[in-house]
Amino acid sequence: MADRAVTLIAAGLAAAILLLLLAPLGALGLKVQGFGLSVAELSALRFTLLQAALSAVISLLLAIPVARALARRQFFGRDALIATLGAPFILPVIVAVLGLLAVFGRAGWINDTLAAFGLLGFSIYGLQGVVLAHVFFNMPLAVRMLLHGWQAIPAERFRLAASLGFTPTATRRHIERPMLREVLPGAALVVFVICLTSFAVALTLGGGPRATTVELAIYQALRFDFDLPTAARLALLQFALCAAAYVVAARISLPSGFGAGQGRKGGPPAPLGWRRGVDALVIIAAALFLALPLLAVLLNGLPGLADLPASVWGAAGRSLGIAFASTAISITAALVLALASAQGRGWAALAATLPLAASSLVLGTGLFLILQPFFRPADLALPVTMAINAALSLPFAFRILTPEARTLYADYRRLGQSLGMAGRAWIRWVVFPRLARPMGFAAGLVAALSMGDLGVIALFAGEGQATLPLLVQRLMGAYRMEAAASAALLLVLMSFALFWAFDQWGRRYADA
Amino acid sequence: MRLIPFALAFTALAQTAHAQTPDLQTPVLNVLTYDSFTSEWGPGPAIETAFEAVCGCDLVFSAVGDGAELLARLQLEGARSEASVVLGLDTNLTAQASATGLFAPHGQTAANDLPVPYADPNFLPYDWGYFAFVYDSTKLATPPTNFEELAASDLKIVIQDPRSSTPGLGLLLWVKAAYGDRASEIWAGLADNIITVTPGWSEAYGMFTAGEADMVLSYTTSPAYHLIAEDDATKAAAPFTEGHYMQVEVAGKLANAPQPELADQFLAFMGSDAFQSIIPTTNWMYPAHTPAAGLPAGFEQMITPATSLLMSAEEAQAARTPALDEWLTALSR
Repeated sequence: MADRAVTLIAAGLAAAILLLLLAPLGALGLKVQGFGLSVAELSALRFTLLQAALSAVISLLLAIPVARALARRQFFGRDALIATLGAPFILPVIVAVLGLLAVFGRAGWINDTLAAFGLLGFSIYGLQGVVLAHVFFNMPLAVRMLLHGWQAIPAERFRLAASLGFTPTATRRHIERPMLREVLPGAALVVFVICLTSFAVALTLGGGPRATTVELAIYQALRFDFDLPTAARLALLQFALCAAAYVVAARISLPSGFGAGQGRKGGPPAPLGWRRGVDALVIIAAALFLALPLLAVLLNGLPGLADLPASVWGAAGRSLGIAFASTAISITAALVLALASAQGRGWAALAATLPLAASSLVLGTGLFLILQPFFRPADLALPVTMAINAALSLPFAFRILTPEARTLYADYRRLGQSLGMAGRAWIRWVVFPRLARPMGFAAGLVAALSMGDLGVIALFAGEGQATLPLLVQRLMGAYRMEAAASAALLLVLMSFALFWAFDQWGRRYADA
Repeated sequence: MRLIPFALAFTALAQTAHAQTPDLQTPVLNVLTYDSFTSEWGPGPAIETAFEAVCGCDLVFSAVGDGAELLARLQLEGARSEASVVLGLDTNLTAQASATGLFAPHGQTAANDLPVPYADPNFLPYDWGYFAFVYDSTKLATPPTNFEELAASDLKIVIQDPRSSTPGLGLLLWVKAAYGDRASEIWAGLADNIITVTPGWSEAYGMFTAGEADMVLSYTTSPAYHLIAEDDATKAAAPFTEGHYMQVEVAGKLANAPQPELADQFLAFMGSDAFQSIIPTTNWMYPAHTPAAGLPAGFEQMITPATSLLMSAEEAQAARTPALDEWLTALSR
């Protein structure tokens, strides 16, 4: 069996990831003594933890009924809705914020409607706005993760439950709850850590310096004070928070232990009566919540789409190239680490989670310091961007692959061994078919994220190397808000097309 | 597999080396600047063409986010920088920039047309502007005429964070220069007018044009963009009786410049009409020397503040940290 080889390669990968994340801190001059936090840093830490915890809890609480409803109901447009769930997550931050403001802002659709009926408006600015935006980004992601959880329950378990005459409540207790116990902590961890490093959303919707996060404190250290060691210390704090959250999630998470199924089709039972109405309401509410800001992004961008500057196509090409390369690197790494983690290697999971807490500003600055003596920064712009995008998107790919990789090991390893399957045959006949669905979803997500993520390109890019997100930023900086909205729409459409293509491939392959 | 990026890096290196071989005779002048200067809508491309026509050299811009990132980048690169000229710092950053010891005196003697006297041995101004609150005159008939009126009104404004944005820092120093010890009180009064604070200028201006705020912190020349480029006369800047804080954008020569003569030639060229006439409708600021042909039509409609406020480089350097603390305290309440 290839277990040993997988473990070795995974160990190499984990070491490379740690080096990539920690070497920049060293380059910034991290000092080991004096980890005390100033008053301002403490209040930034408090706000960061508060908003991240609220965002994670609310995203997950809302995601459970949505995922359950999607898992057990068939309706027209279900596939389209599931695909659209990937969209908020891949929106460039500023585009998403303007989309949210068009709906929930002071002059947004909801407040306009309320005013038309003579009702008092509400303000999005404050903790509520930060959490709203984070839920908009992450709830759909959580739904997809939970949905995979539901789909991974062998259909035989539901049949058995039906023949034993389980009520919906009994199904929930004996089948759904163990699955949630396995999947929920990991999903919550991902959302919590993503929100830990939030900066632009937190500041813009937080309504002012009360909403200072640790990432903003890092920004201040690097830009305002040019205090590199402080930036490194705060970046380490983010990693420590991420590691602590990981340990908590790993403690809570329990394997569901359903055992293997025969790969039959058939999801959870769809109870009738009032539960049907509730499911319909849940789906409609979630669809509206996601679709309205996306519609605003579409309406903002459509008018200028015809007269975009010619330079968008070159930029779009570069972004696509980066996306494909990052996806190849990230998915391969995630697969290896997920298989290693499925064999019970905790370090593999931790190494694949830590990049979530990386501050891309610190990463970029540190890498710049390390590489600049040897290379011209502009020569490295595209490769560094690919590598960083791959590393930063690895946690998502890993989280999506892990539950099913674990099931795969638990259920098929002995069978594979007894059939003498090794190496390529095991991967070809067991790993790929069983993991195709999550792999397609993960690849789509990584590709789309790599399209949209500004990452470090801004720190390295020279003349004629602009990617699409950088071009959007430049258009905005040149007062061309309408053209920027259109270029952003193009970016979103391309990201979404990539996401959809990979996701579709995964679902086709899995069902074939 | 992890080798892919590195393989690509070396391919990229090889290609660059290859591309550069034929022009070994043509010297390359590297200018480090901020992103919006070199974008295709900024002054960069036209200035590159104009300068290359007279210098017999290849002018290459490298760009980072904005003025503050420019300084950070320079400090990261130190004496190893490939750049000969740094263009895009403002006077709030020049004390810190001089203190790095990376700059050499520019030695230029040409005068400038700034409304306040400005001279610095290391830095030459290339453009300037006034910070101002911009509003839509079809929605707001009588804009406030000073900070106290603004604070007393129920107008909603969006500003930029001084920790991450140059205009944000400009506003901080504006209030400090105008009100001194009363700055805290002014900020406390403004707290309920500020709907939010954005990381950079783009987000704030985007929110304003989307109708989220009544006023946005920008420049007195911002309405010129809408007037000239979009034929839209509805945007205006509100004149404030305290006076308006200035942003003076400067360039300097690096002490370790690989091309010191070309750097001198570029700094001299910066004062010429060829360079200065490009500035108004690309950077949307006032040129440091008014070109012989005057300013483009439309600029005469911009407000002219009665008082120009500007701290010296040393004052700005000394004021920024205490002013930031005041700002944080007043707005965090």
